[in-house]
Amino acid sequence: MTVAQTVELGLDENQRDAQWRLALRRAASFLLILLLLCGVWEGYKALGQATRGKVPFTSLKLPIRPDDKSMPHLWTIGGSLLQPARRGGEDILLVILLKAALFTWREAVMGFVGGSVIGFLLGAIFGRFLLFERSLMPYIVASQTVPLLAIAPMIVIWGGRLNWPAWWSVSIISAYLTFFPVTINTLRGLRSPNLTAVELMRSYAASEMQILLKLRLPAALPYIFTALKVSATASVIGAIVGELPSGIQDGLGRVLLTFSYYYISGPEKLYASIVGAAALGILFAVIVALAERWIVPEGRRLSE
Amino acid sequence: MSQVADLAAPIEQELLPQPGAASRWRDRLRRFLPPAIVFVLALVLWEAVVNIFHIEGFLLPKPSVIAATFIAESSVVFPAGLFTMREAVGGFVLGSLLGIAIALATARWAAVAEGMMPFAIAVNSTPIVALAPIMNQWFGITNPLAKMSIVAVIVFFPVMINTVKGLTQVDAAALELMRSYAATDLAVLLRVRIPNSLPYLFSALKVSSTLSVIGAIVSEYFGGSREALGVYISQQAALFHFGEAWSAIIIACLMGIAFYAILLTLERLIMPWHVSIRATDEE
Amino acid sequence: MNTVISVSGVSKVFNQGRDNRVSALESINLEIDSGEFVSLLGPSGCGKSTLLRLIGDLTSPSTGAVLVNGKSAAQARRGREYGMVFQQATLYDWRTVSRNVQLPLEIMGHSREQREARTQEMLKLVQLESFGRHYPWQLSGGMQQRVAIARALAFQPSILLMDEPFGALDEMTRERMQMELLRIWEQTKNTVVFVTHSIPEAVFLSSRVVVMSARPGRIAGIINIDVPQPRNFETREHPRFFEKITEVRECLRQGETNTHKGPPS
Repeated sequence: MTVAQTVELGLDENQRDAQWRLALRRAASFLLILLLLCGVWEGYKALGQATRGKVPFTSLKLPIRPDDKSMPHLWTIGGSLLQPARRGGEDILLVILLKAALFTWREAVMGFVGGSVIGFLLGAIFGRFLLFERSLMPYIVASQTVPLLAIAPMIVIWGGRLNWPAWWSVSIISAYLTFFPVTINTLRGLRSPNLTAVELMRSYAASEMQILLKLRLPAALPYIFTALKVSATASVIGAIVGELPSGIQDGLGRVLLTFSYYYISGPEKLYASIVGAAALGILFAVIVALAERWIVPEGRRLSE
Repeated sequence: MSQVADLAAPIEQELLPQPGAASRWRDRLRRFLPPAIVFVLALVLWEAVVNIFHIEGFLLPKPSVIAATFIAESSVVFPAGLFTMREAVGGFVLGSLLGIAIALATARWAAVAEGMMPFAIAVNSTPIVALAPIMNQWFGITNPLAKMSIVAVIVFFPVMINTVKGLTQVDAAALELMRSYAATDLAVLLRVRIPNSLPYLFSALKVSSTLSVIGAIVSEYFGGSREALGVYISQQAALFHFGEAWSAIIIACLMGIAFYAILLTLERLIMPWHVSIRATDEE
Repeated sequence: MNTVISVSGVSKVFNQGRDNRVSALESINLEIDSGEFVSLLGPSGCGKSTLLRLIGDLTSPSTGAVLVNGKSAAQARRGREYGMVFQQATLYDWRTVSRNVQLPLEIMGHSREQREARTQEMLKLVQLESFGRHYPWQLSGGMQQRVAIARALAFQPSILLMDEPFGALDEMTRERMQMELLRIWEQTKNTVVFVTHSIPEAVFLSSRVVVMSARPGRIAGIINIDVPQPRNFETREHPRFFEKITEVRECLRQGETNTHKGPPS
């Protein structure tokens, strides 16, 4: 082994060391903040109950009532996962949530795939034809200011007319949220190679297609994956929100709606469901992030 | 010595050329004409398709019908829009102030800011609107604070994260310069870190502006004051009054775009120096 | 002539106690007199920038001491004796040219009138008085660097530390800026420490050139530049100028061969 190699190995170990230390520090401060938040939650409750819902030493009411209806104990929320959701029901809440999440995830994945493909194609077309970008981009941007929930019922009705399964409509709504970041970042990525890189291709008399395949697409890849991570969570949000007016009984959206209707009889179930919904969104984003690690080489990934 | 002065003089000619007024107008036309043509074409096509295929009104109302309903319902839709806009703006201000405050407090300790990241990602992947029933329980279903707090949660994390980025990702040379002046931490914060963070902050505020309008409307779906736009939309949609629903959606879009435009203007007023502004024509 | 900067027995080691430990500077001794124009010259990696940063207290030595007028470098920095100019102009985007020049004065708590008067004076010195209201991005690279010089001189520091200030400029602008700098130096009588890797630049500007060699960073030799003052156009064609360039080049080459012969560190 040469001297240079030893030095490189040494550097490597140092770097790995530093990375570990960084990860450890992050995890520690994450846990600390989490603990702090839990402490604030339970502390607020305890304090509020001690002062009967008043700000200490005053007659002012606390902004949020500290009772178990407004703020259930954290352990009640955790415990509710293991209890049957309905009196006499067979499944515990955890199983119900898992089933609902799986159902919603299927809608979200369909929306994610469809939305990403459409988003990519739009980005590619805009990247190639300036006129399309100029004339359509303002509407693509404006489309994201439309409150999704408002158009959801219409899409559900259209789907019903065309005899689609109801969950297709939900997937379309999910795709509506998904495509936008992909379009924007595809466009940015395709435009990211600098002029000299393009001129180099020109000097080889490369065709437009070759420039796209050999230069622009590889350059766009990190940008596209950054968008896909955003889109993954957006697709889950779109699916859940899309389920609300659709009348679909099996998804997380319905679970959230039901538990919010019956909030008074078991607030902890709604809290637990929200945590479940968040977990699904995070899980999907993590899966896409893992795919990114696998496909996009380290050092080319965009940090965001 | 006078030789030196003569030599330095021609540097003044190296100033960047400023575009003339005529070419600026041509640029504007080139930017605004294509989308305007698309707008008109789309409306005509929409109207024609509905007429030719006899699509029923409850499936897809004609633009002309929507326009008529919009005018007829304006006395209801506009106040409803204003009511919801107040919730959106209130929540936006609340959330962004909180985000900026926490960012200023934590930017000094990188570990704290990093520890917040997983929470930001988690909240980002949560349908925050699902918190609406809880906020309704906490603050009361007709209390605007219930909706404002939803909007505030939506706005908080992007603003906080971006402000931390802007406060910490400062050019090392800019900091060394301050060190060579023996500047205090406060001076560095005021004169380097905060100005540096403004572009980051504004990009978060701009994204949040449209999100906050959407957030307010969607959270009203879980119940709210009868004056609210979201309540109006869901009621009209449930009754298959899609002309009315579309009128309200148009108001919603206009509010979102107006909110964005206001922030864009504010950004240009506060940061006349910013790179993205001088490169407007590239965007 | 009294000594202003005295560097004695200074070494600087990066990543001390780790595998990737680098010895950037070793046993550096250097004295700089008041009103001198001293260049630190050497190949990349010879630690010339590190030495400048040690003098400016932007980093601290592993061993040895840097004294400025008998005080430590940190005290001198806190006493605001340094004006710094970097390779990048490092102007703040959000400030106009004149507000950039005012920056150090604001930090040091000068009154508004003082600041404005001083800024005008400085902009006149660098011949940019009509550009006060421009933003940095509206200026060419050479003009930006002149603003940076104006900013460094605004609070009348006794010592000017310049880290390859003209390194990013084209050759023509660079020569113009060198003349400009000499003119300013003659007016202000500052002590200047100037880092460069251009031999003609070092010889043209300096009263002394400190030649450094790399791995580890050492002083290979110090050469007095007795080319007549004040320097101007003709200086570049003066035989003494060429002789000195040759001398510096020889010294650089010797430093190089000594390094290669020496034991691996």
